[in-house]
Amino acid sequence: MAADIAGTAVRTSRVTRAIIYAALLFFAFYYMLPLYVMVVNSVKPLEEIRGGNMLALPQQFSIAPWLSAWSTAQIGVQPTGLQPYFLNSILIVVPAVTVSTILGALNGYVLTKWRFPGANIVFGMMLLACFIPFQIVLIPMARILGLLGLAGTIYGLILVHVVYGLGFTTLFFRNYYEAFPTELVKAAQIDGARFFQIFRRILLPSSGPIIVVTVIWQFTNVWNDFLFGASFAGFDSMPITVALNNLVNSSTGVKEYNVHFAGALMAALPTLIVYIVSGRYFVRGLMAGAVKG
Amino acid sequence: MAFLEIEGLTKRFGTTEVLKGIDLAIEEGGFLVLVGPSGCGKSTLLNTIAGLETVTDGEIRIAGRRVNELHPSKRDIAMVFQSYALYPNMTVAGNIAFGMEMRGVAKAERDAAIARVAEVLQIRHLLDRRPSQLSGGQRQRVAMGRALVRDPQIFLFDEPLSNLDAKLRIDMRTEIKRLHHAMGRTMVYVTHDQIEAMTLATRIAVLKDGVLQQFGTPAEIYNEPVNVFVADFMGSPAMNLVPAKGRQEGNRSLLALTRADEPDLLLGLTGPSMRIAAENRDVLIGIRPEAITDADGADRNSKHIVEAECLVEVVEPAGADTYVVTRLGGREVIARMRSDARILPGERVPFAFNMEKAVFFDPVSEARVA
Amino acid sequence: MSITLQRSAAISPPARTARERLGDFLPRIVLAPSFAAVLVFVYGFIIFTGYLSFTDSKILPSFDFVGWKNYVRLWSLPNWWIALENLAIFASLYIVICTAIGLGLAILLDQKIRGEGVLRPIYLYPMAISFIVTGTAWKWFLDPGIGIERIVRLWGWSDFTFDWIKDTQMAIYCVVIAAVWQSSGFVMAMFLAGLRGIDNEIIKAAQIDGATNFKLYKRIIIPMLRPAFLSAFVVLAHLAIKSYDLVIALTNGGPGRATELPATFMYSYTFTRNSMGIGAASAVIMLMMIASVIIPYIYAEVGGGNRGR
Repeated sequence: MAADIAGTAVRTSRVTRAIIYAALLFFAFYYMLPLYVMVVNSVKPLEEIRGGNMLALPQQFSIAPWLSAWSTAQIGVQPTGLQPYFLNSILIVVPAVTVSTILGALNGYVLTKWRFPGANIVFGMMLLACFIPFQIVLIPMARILGLLGLAGTIYGLILVHVVYGLGFTTLFFRNYYEAFPTELVKAAQIDGARFFQIFRRILLPSSGPIIVVTVIWQFTNVWNDFLFGASFAGFDSMPITVALNNLVNSSTGVKEYNVHFAGALMAALPTLIVYIVSGRYFVRGLMAGAVKG
Repeated sequence: MAFLEIEGLTKRFGTTEVLKGIDLAIEEGGFLVLVGPSGCGKSTLLNTIAGLETVTDGEIRIAGRRVNELHPSKRDIAMVFQSYALYPNMTVAGNIAFGMEMRGVAKAERDAAIARVAEVLQIRHLLDRRPSQLSGGQRQRVAMGRALVRDPQIFLFDEPLSNLDAKLRIDMRTEIKRLHHAMGRTMVYVTHDQIEAMTLATRIAVLKDGVLQQFGTPAEIYNEPVNVFVADFMGSPAMNLVPAKGRQEGNRSLLALTRADEPDLLLGLTGPSMRIAAENRDVLIGIRPEAITDADGADRNSKHIVEAECLVEVVEPAGADTYVVTRLGGREVIARMRSDARILPGERVPFAFNMEKAVFFDPVSEARVA
Repeated sequence: MSITLQRSAAISPPARTARERLGDFLPRIVLAPSFAAVLVFVYGFIIFTGYLSFTDSKILPSFDFVGWKNYVRLWSLPNWWIALENLAIFASLYIVICTAIGLGLAILLDQKIRGEGVLRPIYLYPMAISFIVTGTAWKWFLDPGIGIERIVRLWGWSDFTFDWIKDTQMAIYCVVIAAVWQSSGFVMAMFLAGLRGIDNEIIKAAQIDGATNFKLYKRIIIPMLRPAFLSAFVVLAHLAIKSYDLVIALTNGGPGRATELPATFMYSYTFTRNSMGIGAASAVIMLMMIASVIIPYIYAEVGGGNRGR
């Protein structure tokens, strides 16, 4: 058994092990607590939250908060619920992820298999672009979107997310293709294959893992984004994160906590599901982004 | 009383039994080599001797004292690892001194010990460097220095030369042997390389799948293997193992080896092996390449050389010798002939079989029968 | 009669067709749109914003140069100092606590724990959700009216108070709590990967040397984790400086300005307070802060890494 479980070969006594498990469980509670609170309180009627204990299980089970959050809650001046904004997020995320992933793959391909003088500088510049605080581009981007007639539209947001996602997607693919044997490319060239053919027939079929990692990373980042949504979206094109914040922060008078929690869960569900399903690939993305080179 | 005694040692990981009732002993100052293919349990056995793994059953005794429950640092042992296991964030001096620091040895003493060891291993000029700045061979010396400085009763080596290139491996092998002679300490050495085993050991333990196959001196292991596995594993090129059948023709005890398109090759048997003929028994005959030679190169001291003509399939000149391949009993048989033996593939050439060196195995149980 | 050698006309290689020459450039053509986009939308915009910080832009960008006036004004604003002070408190606590928890959990998880496959995803999932969602959850959980304070009171300690989120002095610590919750699992993953990369034979050697578990971690394992420490620091510092979403959702900068951070400062001064020039200046300062962390790191990685290879 000791040989099956991963870990350092350190010896620990029984007492120590008990303490270790206790500590780990404690932290598991700490991390699960907010999720639990959100789930449990999103199905309670409002009186129960106000009158009772947030940690308690619902005495009266009510699906009304979810329905309200979805279709009738007040977002700004419209009582439409989060539904239209959920849709907006999907409309933004899908094209943005697709385009930035494809471009990232091509960029990574070029940077590793078709080296040219200055390729490293180009990569370096694109890499640095991953780290900028986005506050620095808000003003000019607002201007450009205005000039292009894209201000406040879904297309504008797609453009923004593609551009600022390029750095990361290129980084992921570049690191992955760097490890890919160049001899295969050379062999294909001798066989007469050309630029796009080599990409399509040789590299792409082996790119499964990195495509998954990149798509998950981009999906999570774009779906969870708030800053760009708040800065560049109009009222009809807001993503769900902005709508959620609207719902929670600008409600005056009666604060419907249960609706807030239901809405928050709605906004979190897609990325959570992606995370649960993909697990390992998600972690790989996190690690690749942080521990690069 | 042997210095290191291992009695009925069994080790289980969950339900998997990795070591099955091992019995070994090595005298003080001896060099015990544990050899076997990957997964045979030799490293696990070494780890139990070190105390890095617990023992499920059986006993380990050092200098007569039971050590099963002792922590590794209390067993008075030192270990050299395959990957050297040097602490990367310490200098060479720091690496060598770490154990002493843990034991609370005073600084002056530590420095003196480091200097002594550095002199012996010729690493004095490396003391202030970090492991990442050293070559493979240098790292191995530092690892040995760390072990030497403990001045233990037993040195343990876990495949220390596997990560070195061929030439360096041979150099370091000689150094280890020289160190053993100089210090006279007991050493237990794990390797999968049977040449290392043969050159370094005073006793060899051959392991397979957690079971001790044979324990003896290198000569015993080499000349009197107890089963097919040991016979095949030790020696390079490997021992020839050919199916054969005993045949009694009047008062001649013979062993028949089949040949393609030819009558059987008949080899005369003497001594205890004669009963194979009497019983008409199926056996595997084991005979090493150097025991099959050309007529002139045969061992003059042997009383039992059988000459026979065989068809040559392949000739491999190897500088000092020429390896000649023929086919008997449906298997390839390699003979070692003198380098100036002029032989061409397709020829029929006399082969001299030194039957004194032949061993016989039962084909089913693979145990030695004569 | 002399024999002269006739030199044959030099054979020149066939001229490359226009199509082939284009093919040579194809890789660069493919890369070009992305590179151009980065040049314009990142570096170009940085220059643009930088330029704006030297102008008297108010609601809309203006191009009238006013020198250092915005910066002087910026550093005289108490709100900016509050933002910086908050950032200092927040960032240092966030980095230190996340690193401590991350390292601690990683070491614990590395002890051949059964159920690691269940625990690890639990520690990591907060990274998957938006800062807005995190802020929303913690906002109500820390609220004295319905959150922790009320829960503990309901359990019997009727004098218990926990109204940090409404307290101007303590609100920033609530941001720390929520942010640590979100990111410490990720730091744990980084340290766990680092621990798993440590050769087990080094551990065995240390055991033979007689190192206690404590000494083993202190003298050998933790020093070997230096790259992970560095990476964690860079990522956390980066996240801290950029923090916007979490603060907006949790406290909206409040109460009052108690949780104002440079990111919220920039946004409000640019878009709601019509002082674009100052907003631009604050963005430039943010960029410089991040650069001061990232650039030395990249330099050390690339420069030092090459030497080690």
